[in-house]
Amino acid sequence: MFRKIAALLVAGLIGVGVAHASEEGGLEPANIRLDDVASMQRGARLFFNYCSGCHSLRFLRYSRIAEDLKLDPKDVEQNFMFAGGKIGDPVISHMPPEDGAKWFGKAPPDLSLEARSKPEGWIYNYLKSFYVDPSRPLGWNNTLFPNVSMPNALWELQGIQTAVTKPAAEGHDASIEKLELHTPGRQNAEEFDRTARDIATFLQYAGEPAALQRESMGVWVLLYLALFTLLAYLLKHEFWKDVH
Amino acid sequence: MGTTMTRLQPKNRVLAWVEDRLPVLSFLNAHTSGYYAPKNFNLWYYFGSLALLVLVNQILTGIFLTMHYKPSAELVAPGISAAFASVEYIMRDVSWGWLIRYMHSTGASLFFVVVYLHMFRGLMYGSYKKPRELVWILGMLIFLALMAEAFMGYVLPWGNMSFWGAKVIISLFGTIPLIGDSLVEWIMGDYLPADATLNRFFALHVIALPLVLLLLVVLHLGALHEVGSNNPDGVEIKEKKKPDGTPLDGIAFHPYYTVKDIFGTGFFLLIAAFIIFYAPTFGGWFLEHDNFLPANNLATPTHIKPVWYFTPFYAILRMIPSFFGTAVWGVIAMFGAIVLLFLLPWLDKGMVKSVRYRGTGYKVALGLFALSFIMLAAVGAGVTAEKIPEWFGEKADATFIENLFGRFWTLVYFGYFAFIWVYTKFGFEKTKPVPERVTTHD
Repeated sequence: MFRKIAALLVAGLIGVGVAHASEEGGLEPANIRLDDVASMQRGARLFFNYCSGCHSLRFLRYSRIAEDLKLDPKDVEQNFMFAGGKIGDPVISHMPPEDGAKWFGKAPPDLSLEARSKPEGWIYNYLKSFYVDPSRPLGWNNTLFPNVSMPNALWELQGIQTAVTKPAAEGHDASIEKLELHTPGRQNAEEFDRTARDIATFLQYAGEPAALQRESMGVWVLLYLALFTLLAYLLKHEFWKDVH
Repeated sequence: MGTTMTRLQPKNRVLAWVEDRLPVLSFLNAHTSGYYAPKNFNLWYYFGSLALLVLVNQILTGIFLTMHYKPSAELVAPGISAAFASVEYIMRDVSWGWLIRYMHSTGASLFFVVVYLHMFRGLMYGSYKKPRELVWILGMLIFLALMAEAFMGYVLPWGNMSFWGAKVIISLFGTIPLIGDSLVEWIMGDYLPADATLNRFFALHVIALPLVLLLLVVLHLGALHEVGSNNPDGVEIKEKKKPDGTPLDGIAFHPYYTVKDIFGTGFFLLIAAFIIFYAPTFGGWFLEHDNFLPANNLATPTHIKPVWYFTPFYAILRMIPSFFGTAVWGVIAMFGAIVLLFLLPWLDKGMVKSVRYRGTGYKVALGLFALSFIMLAAVGAGVTAEKIPEWFGEKADATFIENLFGRFWTLVYFGYFAFIWVYTKFGFEKTKPVPERVTTHD
C-alpha cells in the first residue's frame, strides 16, 4: 500500500515537471551543462568581449566569477575588467543607461537574472534568431523576440541571416518560415552553436551561482536522508512489534 | 473524555520544584504518552505532523531570511528595488543564504501539498463530523490564515509577478459595492502596490499572521486531543475500553506515532531535499520565471496568474461572468468555495463517517470533487488556455471552450456540497454496516 502510493507520488512529481517542460516547446534544446567549466569560461570571455559593453551583471562579482570558474583572479582583472576597479566589484557596464535608452530605444537590461526569467534554452535560441530587417531602426530583428531593440552583437561570428517568408495566407500577414545564412561569418554553423551555448551557459551560471554548490552537495544530502529514513523505518518496525 | 493529566513526580529535585509550581512535564506527558490514538492510521495520517514540520521550517528559515531581507521598494539601481536586490544578496552573498531561501520557498509550496492532502483525508474519513466539528473549523481557519500568509510572502521579493499578483488580488476588494475603491487604497496605502504595501505586508507576514497561525495550531491540536483522533474506519475508539480506561484500539501517541512520524518525516525530507537541491523552481511552478524580473508597473507579464496553490480558487473567480454591471459575483463565488468547506459538518447529515462504509453516491461525489479541484487548478494555472489551441486547432474559439470546461468543473465543485446535503438529508444514502472495532492497520 505504502510503496504503491509512494511510487505514485514520485511519478506525479516527475509528471508535473515533464508536463511543464513541454510548455517551452518550439525551442531548440540548448543542452546546457553547468558542470562544463570550460564552456562557462569560454562563455565568460565571450560575454566580456561582446556583451558587457552594454549589459551589466549587477548581482555577480568578478571575484565570484574567478572562484567559481576556476580562473586566476589576476587573469580576470586583466581580461575582464577593462576599466579597472576592484576584484570584489560587481560587473557593471560603463554605458550610462540614459545613453543606452537614447541609442537603442531602450536601456540594455541587466542580465544577472536573464536566464532565470526565461524558459530553459531561451538565450541560446535567442542568440541564433537574429536576422536583417531594414524596417527596424538598427536594421536587425529577432524571430524569438520580435522587434527587439538589440542589434546582433555576434554578427561577425555568426554572419548575417535573412528571413525567408511564406506567402501570406488570406487575412494574415506574411510569416517567417526560416532564417537563411546570407553572408558567412568567422564561424561555421557548428562553431556558432557552441558560441551561443557557451554564452547561455555562462548566463545560466550568472543567474544562480549557487547552482554549482547545490548540485554537487545535493547527492550527499539525499544519501544521508535515505539512510536516516531506512533507520527510522527499522526503528518504527521494532516499536510496532507490540502493536501487531 | 479527552486527555486526563496525571501529575508526574520527578525524582530530580529541580524538576520536582518546577513541576509543583507549573506542571509542564505532566502536560507534555498527557499529550504524548498519555494521548491514545487509534492504531489503524494509514498513509493519510502522516500529513498532520508533516504540516507541523513545515510550519517550524518556515518559521526558522524565515527568521534567518529577515536578517538579510529589506522590505523596501526604493530603487537602489535603475529599475531594481532594495527588496529585490536583498533577495539576490541572500542568494549570492549570504553564506548558505540560497539554501535557507530555497527551504523557505519550497516549504511554502509543500505546505499546501501537505495541507490539501490533510484536508482530503478529513473529507474521506468524515473527520469533520460530530464530535470533531471544531477541529475542522479551526483547521479551516488555519487554511485561511495560511493563504493570507502565502500571498503576502509571495509579494516580498518584489519581482514583477509579486507586483502584478498583488495588484490583481487586492483589486478583488474593489468589486465590493460602494466602499470597494477606498478599501483597495486603504489596503495598499497608495494608489498602486508600492513601498507602503510592501512594508505592511512584511509586518503581517513575519509577525501578525505567524502569531495567528501558531495560536490556531495550538487550538486545533487542543480541540483534537479533547475529542480524540478519528481513523480510516470512522470508529470511535473510546467506546470500547480496557479495564484501565484506555481505548482497546488505541495506542499511546508516544512512542508509537512519534516513531512512525519520524519515518514519515525522513521520507518527506527526501522529496523536499530533491526539490531544494535539484529543482528549486520546480519548472516554474514553485518560483516563477516572471518573478526573477524586478517589479515594473509599466511591464505587465503576459499571463498574470497566482502560484499553483491558489489556482483552483482563481479559476472559479475567472469562470464566473460579471453581470448587473459588476464583477463581484466571481469574488463571492471564490470566497464561497471556501465558506462551504467551513459549513461541511452541517451540510453532511450522514451518520457514517468513513468513505469505506458510505454509499456509492458519496464515493463518486468525493472522487468528482477531488477531480474538480485538480481541473480547476489546471484552468487557473493557464494549462487549458495553452493546450486548447493544440487539441482543438488554432481556429477553435479557445475562450469559449475554456469557459465551458472551467464552468463545468466549477459546477461540479459547488455541486458536491448541494449533493451531499440532499443525499444525506433525505435518506438517499445506502450505507454499509460500520464495524464495532477498527479493522486493518499497517
